[in-house]
Amino acid sequence: MKRLLGFYIFSFITLVLPILFPDNYYVTVVGLTVLINISLAVSLNLLMGYAGQISLGHAAFFGLGAYSSAIFTIKYGFSPWTAITFGLLIVFLLSYILSRPILKLKGHYLAMATLGLGIIVHIFFVQADEITGGPDGISGLPTLSIFGFPIDTDLKWYFVFALFMLITVLLSLNIADSRAGRALSAVHGSEIAAQMMGIDTAKVKSRIFVFSALIACIAGSLFAHQQNFVSPESFSFFFSIELVTMVVLGGLGSTFGAVVGAFILSILPELLIVFEDFEVLIFGAILMVIMIFLPEGLFVAIKNKIAYLAFKRYQKEVANATS
Amino acid sequence: MRFNKFLVLFSIISFMMFLGSSSSFAKKPLKIGSFLAVTGPASFLGDPELKTLQMYIEEINAKGGVDGHKIEFVHYDTKGKAKEAKNFVNRLIKKDRVDVIIGGTTSGNTLAVIDIVQRAKVPFISLAGSIKIVEPVKKWVFKTPHTDKMAAQKIFEDMKKRGITKIALITGNGGFDKSGRAQCLALAPKYGIKIVADEQYNNSDTDMTTQLTKIRATDAQAILNFGFGKAPAIVAKNAKQLGIKLPIYESHGVASKKFIELAGDAANGIRLPAAALIVADQLPDTDPQKSVLLSYKKKFEAKYGPVSTFGGHAYDALFIVVNAVKRAGVIDRAKIRDEIEKTKGFVGTGGVFNMSPTDHLGLGLDAFKMIEIQNGKWKLLY
Amino acid sequence: MDQLLQFFISGLTVGSIYALVALGFSIIYNASDVVNFAQGEFVMIGAMSAIFMLKAGIPYPLAIFLAILTSATVGLCLEKFAIEPAKRATVVTTIIITIGASIFLRGAALLIWGKDIYGLPPFTDNTPIHIGRATMLPQNLWVMLGTAFLVIVVKYFFDKTRVGKAILACSYNKKAAYLVGINVKTMLLIAYGLSAALGAVAGVLIAPITFMTYGAGVMLGLKGFCAAILGGMGNSMGAVLGGVILGIVETVGAGFISSGYKDAIAFFVILLVLFFKPSGILGKGEVERV
Repeated sequence: MKRLLGFYIFSFITLVLPILFPDNYYVTVVGLTVLINISLAVSLNLLMGYAGQISLGHAAFFGLGAYSSAIFTIKYGFSPWTAITFGLLIVFLLSYILSRPILKLKGHYLAMATLGLGIIVHIFFVQADEITGGPDGISGLPTLSIFGFPIDTDLKWYFVFALFMLITVLLSLNIADSRAGRALSAVHGSEIAAQMMGIDTAKVKSRIFVFSALIACIAGSLFAHQQNFVSPESFSFFFSIELVTMVVLGGLGSTFGAVVGAFILSILPELLIVFEDFEVLIFGAILMVIMIFLPEGLFVAIKNKIAYLAFKRYQKEVANATS
Repeated sequence: MRFNKFLVLFSIISFMMFLGSSSSFAKKPLKIGSFLAVTGPASFLGDPELKTLQMYIEEINAKGGVDGHKIEFVHYDTKGKAKEAKNFVNRLIKKDRVDVIIGGTTSGNTLAVIDIVQRAKVPFISLAGSIKIVEPVKKWVFKTPHTDKMAAQKIFEDMKKRGITKIALITGNGGFDKSGRAQCLALAPKYGIKIVADEQYNNSDTDMTTQLTKIRATDAQAILNFGFGKAPAIVAKNAKQLGIKLPIYESHGVASKKFIELAGDAANGIRLPAAALIVADQLPDTDPQKSVLLSYKKKFEAKYGPVSTFGGHAYDALFIVVNAVKRAGVIDRAKIRDEIEKTKGFVGTGGVFNMSPTDHLGLGLDAFKMIEIQNGKWKLLY
Repeated sequence: MDQLLQFFISGLTVGSIYALVALGFSIIYNASDVVNFAQGEFVMIGAMSAIFMLKAGIPYPLAIFLAILTSATVGLCLEKFAIEPAKRATVVTTIIITIGASIFLRGAALLIWGKDIYGLPPFTDNTPIHIGRATMLPQNLWVMLGTAFLVIVVKYFFDKTRVGKAILACSYNKKAAYLVGINVKTMLLIAYGLSAALGAVAGVLIAPITFMTYGAGVMLGLKGFCAAILGGMGNSMGAVLGGVILGIVETVGAGFISSGYKDAIAFFVILLVLFFKPSGILGKGEVERV
């Protein structure tokens, strides 16, 4: 109970918000973006934060999920759930085949390789007009039904996204505390040392790469059905970089750090709209200031601060009790 | 920008003072929402669109509004991104509760939001080019710019006149380029034109000599470049560098002074279809559009500098809405929509609009003029 | 054959642009292992300030000089006010700071210079140079000569000068560098200033060919990064080699396979190279310390 206390509080807030404000723009429109971005950031954090493997191509898997849903339902007439399964299959094969050679690379070279992968997929979305609809994308996806229950309003979508996001967060928290999670952080710490301890580092890295790609893929399918529309620019390398920024902004290696980072980066542009032409400038400045003063990430920094204060108080109490 | 805000603020304050002093009851405002690509790669379209809307709305409000209804203007910048466009249209409908939407600078942005406005039943006038926006007709969606299909038709007609039967196509990778390319490929056979090369570039590319070298090796009699922004200027310069003497056609995407400025003397001899705005002073005095065009040009240039045809589309959309509201007599989404559809004989910057339940654009091919660049100036051909 | 020669020359002209941008990455990378995502913005700032100074009536050579100075100042400020205060920042955090900086600088450029596209006049006469049936512009020659000159300067700087060696020492081991009396702070400051100046030179050289907008830095930075990685990060010869190879792969891919997919072809080649040479063409393999 105690281990997951934060998770329960977080779930409660997430699920109560739309009940309190069922028709609020920030909840049912911006909220959807926030929820999907949290799922993506948390899945990326598994790879980046726990296993220490940077990826600048996460948006590609997100996009492949979205496009699979769009193409298989509209062009080939499959049911949404079959299309999602196809998407997962494609992403599984692609990420599995690529994981070994790509994850052999390190640091900036790994960043380059994942970036390249992301861009190649994006070029495919733009150029293969006959299949993908080119830059204008594909619109008119059918409504998704869960157990015969159609998801056709923003409010219903909120709950679907929220559920998916909470499952992702729970999985991430559990992985971190599991044997696999400890193997991951060993790989993060030092790959050679991990190998010495008998961890098959290539296998561990490859598994987490595939797993995080699959989560992004499902997120993409859901996103496509909710938006009713897919177009390439939602899956460009800019979005991949944005996801990396979310993870680092909140605190690399912390699930809730990714949650906080995703929340801030999704909500900030909405709040900055009023500044019109100054929006870009202010956005950049805020990003810089947070990273300069809280380099370990917003969430992690605050958590550490609270822990530190609690420790101080404890010390004081101990001192008082003994004197 | 700041000055603008000041003006808006000033007009709001004076409006409130006016309210306070007069006992008369103010009429319900007309809320116009807008989402435009004011920054980002399509900013050369979105920026003049926004300026035009702001300028005329200010003027209308200063004169007391539309039949006493003041216009409340809400605007968002999509940066040309479809996802943002969707969010902003949702925001316009749900949060700002606007009566009419004008915007969607790029075809991608417009196509992304059609579902939403159709479902929410809000009249929407798009400022984007693609034919897909109004074909097939969607009940709540209209548009004012000429379509890419019309541009291709106009260009092919001109080629036919010059006896050109084999052309090389070179296009960018943006939505405008790709949609134009598709129209060209589809329409060419109808005009007996064979496309012997179909090359592409990225809109951020720095050099197109490779594609042009391939074109040079074919037996093309002309080059058709469907694109916008800096890329067509690079195409023109590279063609000159390679010593290619073939006639070059551009789309209406380059109908701004900037293109001539960037391409320099490489622009001379290039032909393009465009709205009459850029050659307003060359129109015969009998042309019904002439006075409208000159007045728009004068106003825009006095305030912001050189005019482009793109801002004109926003002018057309705004006044189609204003006229529709006047005819409807009430602020009601459905009634405004019906009246927009009944627009007849409206003289705008893009041409004379005659809309109908089967035509939500209302422009004929004659709304496009064929223009050639001569000595760094636009020259009206016909 | 004519075509092949032109593809090759086009590839070389495009490639030298990438190389020039790539070169800028190496200095900051060599000082701190950080890939500076604002490098493309330095290029843009150099070009845009030269354009606007020229418009303001400042003579061309002086405008270029002042533009380089402006960009260098921006680089110094970036280090002083964003990188230096972030004392506890790791490499990844610092990279995110540079991403923030690139967004910030783009926003500032948008406010200062607006959204329009601008060009610079070519340095010298604009008649194409013919090599057989292939052609190139004198400005392309300027870019190539500029690249060649700068790569020698950068190589000399790191191999022969005390400051250059000191900067390299900082990247290998900050603490050790500090202990042997190197002022790490100053070295970083110099690295950012030089890198920004280098970016500005690139911007001024290429603006007459490709035009500039406030947002043009992003794609230039991206291609420069690819070139730098392909050649081997931090190696100035590698940056040039990477840039030229990238340019030629793009043009040959566009020429013989498909111009629509030319970037995909280029990235595919980069991936292949990395699979076989995980540290780039001229990069040295990194040894992980346990």
